[in-house]
Order: sequence, then structure tokens, then C-alpha cells
Amino acid sequence: MTRYICKRLLLMIPTLLGAAVFVFLLMRLIPGDVCELRLAGEGAYVDEKAIQICREQAGLTRPLAGQFVDWVWGLARGDFGVSMWTGRPIAYEIGLRFQLSLQVAVMATLTAILLALPLGTVAAMNQDTWLDYGVRAFSIAGLATPSFWLGILIILALLNVTQAFWGTPWMPPIQYTPIWTDPVANLSQLVWPALATGYRYSAVAARMTRSALLEVLQEDYIRTARAKGLVEHLIINRHALKNALLPVVTVFGIEFAFLIGGLVVTEQVFNLNGLGKLFVESVGNHDYTLTQALVMLVALVFVVTNFVIDLIYAWLDPRIRYG
Amino acid sequence: MALSEHPGQAAHAETSDAAGGGALRRVATWARRKPLGAAGAVIVLGMLLVALLAPLIAPYDPVRNAFDRMHAPPSAAHWFGTDQFGRDVLSRLVHGARTALLVGLVASFLGASAGLLLGVASAYFGGRFDLLFQRLMDILMAFPLIIMALAIVSIFGTGTHNVIAAITVPFIPRCARVVRASALAVRQLPYIDAARACGFGHAHIMLYHVTPNVMAPCLIMLTAFLGQAILLEASLSYLGLGVQEPTPAWGLMLQGGAEEYAESAPWMAIFPGLAITVSVFAFNLFGDAVRDTLDPRLRSTG
Repeated sequence: MTRYICKRLLLMIPTLLGAAVFVFLLMRLIPGDVCELRLAGEGAYVDEKAIQICREQAGLTRPLAGQFVDWVWGLARGDFGVSMWTGRPIAYEIGLRFQLSLQVAVMATLTAILLALPLGTVAAMNQDTWLDYGVRAFSIAGLATPSFWLGILIILALLNVTQAFWGTPWMPPIQYTPIWTDPVANLSQLVWPALATGYRYSAVAARMTRSALLEVLQEDYIRTARAKGLVEHLIINRHALKNALLPVVTVFGIEFAFLIGGLVVTEQVFNLNGLGKLFVESVGNHDYTLTQALVMLVALVFVVTNFVIDLIYAWLDPRIRYG
Repeated sequence: MALSEHPGQAAHAETSDAAGGGALRRVATWARRKPLGAAGAVIVLGMLLVALLAPLIAPYDPVRNAFDRMHAPPSAAHWFGTDQFGRDVLSRLVHGARTALLVGLVASFLGASAGLLLGVASAYFGGRFDLLFQRLMDILMAFPLIIMALAIVSIFGTGTHNVIAAITVPFIPRCARVVRASALAVRQLPYIDAARACGFGHAHIMLYHVTPNVMAPCLIMLTAFLGQAILLEASLSYLGLGVQEPTPAWGLMLQGGAEEYAESAPWMAIFPGLAITVSVFAFNLFGDAVRDTLDPRLRSTG
């Protein structure tokens, strides 16, 4: 097992390095650069020399290979460098938003777990009844509903409901407050985006729970459990769910990795200043260093999540042994 | 061989009478066994019709501003109301179906085809080529769909063609991986050796002997892509990075005006989102039914 973990950890290096090369070259393919945008972005006439000086300061005139090696060497030491647009350290820029994005991601995951596991189980236990159809309709609709539209609808509903009850429309606060300073203000801002993204998320997970459970319920050992007169809820909870959870864990893992960076659209709707918004801004500003750092962060989360999923697999299913 | 048995293929054969009564009957049998999938297919066909006949169906010009009737609520003249420029929402929805279908169909088809070719080649040649190719796919898959699409749009710029490219590229590794897994199994079968013994070239064997037998997983991916592509296009357009004004696109209709005036003119926000949801819903229902129909074969080959 230790051997396997070491091997997997080592295999992450080429994947991450490949991602680094990929994003490094991709960024430099985008026409224009941060200096052109900053100095001549508004269409103003700027001396070519000034742009050139700015480029030299940002290190953009150096050979690509040199830039790349310096960047990756910095990453290896945990140094993300400085944002080309704001001039502040990238660790600081990301730190500002990370808390918010992580909280939304965790809350969306909790929403999904609380919704998907019971719904999926109920659907599987009542296969082909109206309960089952209801859950399936819920999940197919969840996959089809764009989270930004759901966000708009939630805001719309909030406005109308509060208008009807208190006479004045209420909007979720725009300013972010950490949860330990003021939990009420924090939650009243972040519950809505967590619900908007959590719906899609729970739709995917409920579908997976249902089909995985249906498959497990056909196994021999379930029949054995039934034959020896075990109560149905014990069969489900102790025997079936534990094995059915494998693919569900995968879904949760992949969706969670996606959430960290993929909140782009939802953050836009709710006007949240999170990592997704930072990503869109940094791409728009041709802020190479910041975009690269964010992409590497997402790739890292993704790779680590996949690794953790494999470990959880081995833990949940004793038959799986990695050599 | 797999292709001719594909129900979607049969559904399209409905339009050409050459296929005769056999195809029609097969479609009817399939529809009876998969009522939800058939319902999805009907909505998709309806969408196709709406998109094709958009200029005939739309009551108004979708791009002409009319500042004397801005934010008009739904009425007999404007069923779904008008937007902040006085443009008829229904007409923009009808024309938006063209954008959604164009992007969705082209991107899914290109992504699935490229994934099919690459996946088959990777499995067929194996060895170092396969290993290298798999690492490359790993790297591409490490980026969430939307991040990848955003990066591509910022390189090539916005607009319909670039949005198609931005959606196609992240689909390729996802399809290639699934196809490769099936192609690896097919490659072991004796008839591939037989074909090689007959003296056929690599290209011929890959194209005529391997590819037809991995069509099922590829078609499953293709149908799953359709809904995703429409959602992605809407998301990109909503962020202002996709299709540009004044081209009618559903995601674009939800951007800016719809949010700003959501309270006073909710119809601007509700109907475009409904259009996205219903069409993705239909494509997903159809895709699920196709997957269920093709899956048994998948198991027997894999």
C-alpha cells in the first residue's frame, strides 16, 4: 500500500508538469499582453517604448524557456510569484477569495449529500413507482437547469417573497463576512449560491446513488440477508449502501474538484468575489502569472482528489488492493 | 454494423422514405419501450423544426430595436414580452434555437469524431504512443470543462465559431478515453489478426474493422455531449464570452438586462432559462434512452 501511494504521488508530477507547460503556452497564445492592455487598453496612443519598458519590467521579453523554468522553480518552492496586473503577491490575491469559494463548495457538497443520498436510496428501494419517477425527474431536471438561471430565479423569488411579507424587498448582502465574525450575515449571503450549485450537484449524485444501489441490491449477499430475515432498513444501511457508495464517492470527488474553480458562472450571478471571478478577471487582464497560478491550483485539486478517491475506494472495498 | 442498428439513425431514416416501413416500425417499437426517450426525441425534433423555420415562425425581427415598447409585459402582440431594447422575446428565443442547435450539434459531433479517431488510433498502436497519448489526455482532463472553454475563447476571441471550438476541444479527451477502452478489447479479437493476415493496411483496419465496433460508446458520448454543449454555450454567452450581441442566443438573453430588470420585467429572465432547461432536458432524456439501448452490446464487447 505504501508503495502504491508513493507511486501515485510520483505520477502526479508529470501530469502537473504537463498542465504547467500547457497553460504556460496557452496564455502566451492569447493576442496582446498585460502591458499593452494596461497602457493602451482604452485605445489611447502610447509610445511603443513605454510598452517595451513595461514588458521588460514584467520579464516578458526574456526567452520563454527561462520564464518557464523560473516559474516552475518558484511553484516547486511554493512561491506563486506576483500578479502582473495588481502587483500584489498571488498567494495574497488567492487567499482573499479562497475562503469564500471553499465555503460555497463545502456548503454545496453538504446540500448534495443531504439531498442525494436519501433521494437516491428512496428511488432505488421503490423502483418504478411514482417516488422513483419523481426522483428521476428531479435529477434529470437538475442536470438540465443552468445554475446561473437558477441563481437568477432564487434572487427573483427572494425579492418577491420578502416584498410580499415585509413590504420591502430584501437582497442577500454583497459584502463577504467570515463565518466566525457574523454567522448570520455570512450564511444569508452564501446559502443561495450553495443551493443554486448544490441542486445540479445533488442531481448527479442522486442518479449515481440510485443506479449503484439498484445494482448492489441484485447481489447474492443481499438475498442471503433477506433470507435470514434481516429488517429491510438494516439490509440497506449495513449491507447495500456501503458497497453502493463507491461510485457515489467518485461523483462527489469529481464534482468537488470542479466546484473549487468552476463556480465561475454562479459567482457572477450572486456578485461574489471568489476564485471563479478572479479567474475570469485575470484571463481578461492577460495576467499570465495569476491565471497560471489559478489553473495550477485547479489542476492540483483535481489530481489530489482523484488520488484520494482511489484511497477511499481501497478503504471502502476490501477486495480492492493496490500493489 | 452497430451504426445501422442505432435507434437515432433509424429516427432520422424516418424522413427518407427509401428506408420503407421497416425503419418506421423499429422506431415505433423503440418509442414504446422508451417513452421518455421518445418524448425527448420529439422535443428535439420540434426544436430542429423551430430552428430551421425560425424566420417563418418568429413574429418579429429578433434584432430590431423598438424603443417605443421597451419592457412590455407578455401580451397578445408579444407573447413573452419585450426586452430592454423593445425586442420581442419570443422572436429572440426562436432564433436563439438556431444558435443553440448549431453550437450544440457541431461541437458534439466534432468532439466525438475527433475523440473516436484518436481513441481508436491510441488503442490500435498501443505501446509508447498510447502511453504518451494517455498522459496528454490526463492533462487535458485536469481542467474543468468551463475553464478550458474560457481559456480557448480568450485565445481565439468570442463569436459563434470560436465558441464551437472552445466546446469541442474539452470534449475530445472525454470521448477518446471511453473509445480507447472499448477499442483495446476489440483489438484483441481474432478478426483483427485475420484482417492483418489478409494484408490490409493499418488505416483500413482501424477504419473498417475497429471503428464500427466501438461506435456504441462513441454514440453514447455524443448524445451525452449534446445537452452539455448547449449548457456550456449558454454559460459562455452569459459570461459575455460566447456569442455576441445582437445575435440572439439564450445565454446572452439572460445577461445584463435580464438580471438588472429581473424584478420589474421577470419575463426577460424566465423564458430564456426555460428554453435552455427544456432543450437540455430533452437531449438528456434522448441520450439516456440511447445509452440504455446500446449498453447491452457494450457489456458483451467489453
